[in-house]
Amino acid sequence: MNTIYILWLRQLKRYFRSKSRIVGSLGQPVLFLVALGFGFGPIFKRAGAGNYMNFLAPGVIAQGIIFTAIFSGIELIWDRQFGFLKETLVAPVSRLNIMIGRTLGGATISTLQGVIIFFLTLLIGFRPTNLIMLPLALVIMFLTALLFTALGTAIASTLEDFQGFQLIMNFLVMPLFFLSGALFPLNDLPGIISVISRINPLSYGVDGLRATLINVAHFGLATDFLVLTGVSILFLSIGSYLFSKIQV
Amino acid sequence: MNIIEVKNLTKKFKDFTAVDNISFEVKTGEIFAFLGPNGAGKSTTIKMLTTLLSPTSGKIMINGFNPINNQDAVRKSFGIVFQDPSLDEELTAYENMDFHGVLYNVEKNLRIRRIEELLNIVDLWDRKDHLVKTFSGGMRRRLEIARGLLHHPKIFFLDEPTLGLDPQTRNQMWTYVSNLNRKEGITIFFTTHYMEEAEKIAQKIAVIDHGKIITQGTAEELKNATKTNSLEEAFLSLTGKKIRDEEVNGTDHLRMMRQMWRGKRK
Repeated sequence: MNTIYILWLRQLKRYFRSKSRIVGSLGQPVLFLVALGFGFGPIFKRAGAGNYMNFLAPGVIAQGIIFTAIFSGIELIWDRQFGFLKETLVAPVSRLNIMIGRTLGGATISTLQGVIIFFLTLLIGFRPTNLIMLPLALVIMFLTALLFTALGTAIASTLEDFQGFQLIMNFLVMPLFFLSGALFPLNDLPGIISVISRINPLSYGVDGLRATLINVAHFGLATDFLVLTGVSILFLSIGSYLFSKIQV
Repeated sequence: MNIIEVKNLTKKFKDFTAVDNISFEVKTGEIFAFLGPNGAGKSTTIKMLTTLLSPTSGKIMINGFNPINNQDAVRKSFGIVFQDPSLDEELTAYENMDFHGVLYNVEKNLRIRRIEELLNIVDLWDRKDHLVKTFSGGMRRRLEIARGLLHHPKIFFLDEPTLGLDPQTRNQMWTYVSNLNRKEGITIFFTTHYMEEAEKIAQKIAVIDHGKIITQGTAEELKNATKTNSLEEAFLSLTGKKIRDEEVNGTDHLRMMRQMWRGKRK
């Protein structure tokens, strides 16, 4: 228990100390909100789909979460190459606890990042419809964060160095984001895109946020919740297995 | 009594035999130097002794425990300073120590006392709340030594602890280590490429090359056997003068990248 706590605490300390990382990671969501939110707003309205800013904001919150989550999972590579991981691996504690502590830490900071972006979206013009559901939105944020931190950790466990990082950003994180329904509604999409968006776990995170914040859902909150929980457990298991196989 | 016992230890990676049927013992309270050229099998052996790698065959006993079936007991028995830095640079010196104490389940009051005591010994108490990334190479090494001793280990492994340090820091570091050995009776197991260090501090030396231990004994015995005047000459006469190149791996790439970004570590 102590092991999990101290590893969790370490992630949080590192997060709050890298102010530039926090500010830097807010740039992209703000840009999306301003450029796309205001840019496509009029067209969205003319198409009879309502307020685009309100539609977009949950998507951008989800984006902030997935980026931070995958990154904090991938950070394992740094720890591994620069030795800190060795310090934890020769300690008399189980690898499972190390993995759980790290992942919970990463998920916590990603959720915080989501909350910060939520407040930013309010400043820019997002108006959530049902504030009573806010705690539930927080749960969806945390599940999304947990899922992608576990995925990041699983990937990082198999990577030797940072060479593969760009590959992950361009061929995994970006497609996951763009094809998640974060930017556009998932109705009436062409076949292949529709299939991809259905197997993309982020779609359920975005949908869950929309369901809780603006009361619009594509899959439905129950489905979102079940899929996010199920896939989180799956990724955590895979991540734990791969983490237990790491050799330093 | 022997605190480390290694019998017929072998480690194979696919077709390559990194460690080939080696046997040796280290007595309790001894300072033991494990020498060999690059790629001789030193690091692989240390990894097996410290539970980071499991042997292909052979037997290891650390402080009376077998790393295969009593991993945690072995892990509590030793402290280690790795060849590469293993501190969290975004944490302070104190936080790095505290983190270690929690992982090793050192009781809170004892932990607080011990951290203060050790940081004083390595002259870092007044810097305890500074982030490690502001530390020089020598300070980091000292902190790693203090950290490795926090849980009162019986054995202290030092894998090339003086690599890249200036003579002053090296000298100071060995003074700490031999004091520890004298005062607390900790067994020291170290590797180094600086032969004069081994000659000066080690009570027993084993030389490994191509995965095999070629000789063991005191510095005097090694010099007499090879009819040389210094351990350096003895070492060269035992292992030859050919330069060994290790394969470049991901860690080396990153090390280069890191040096590029922030300048060489001082």
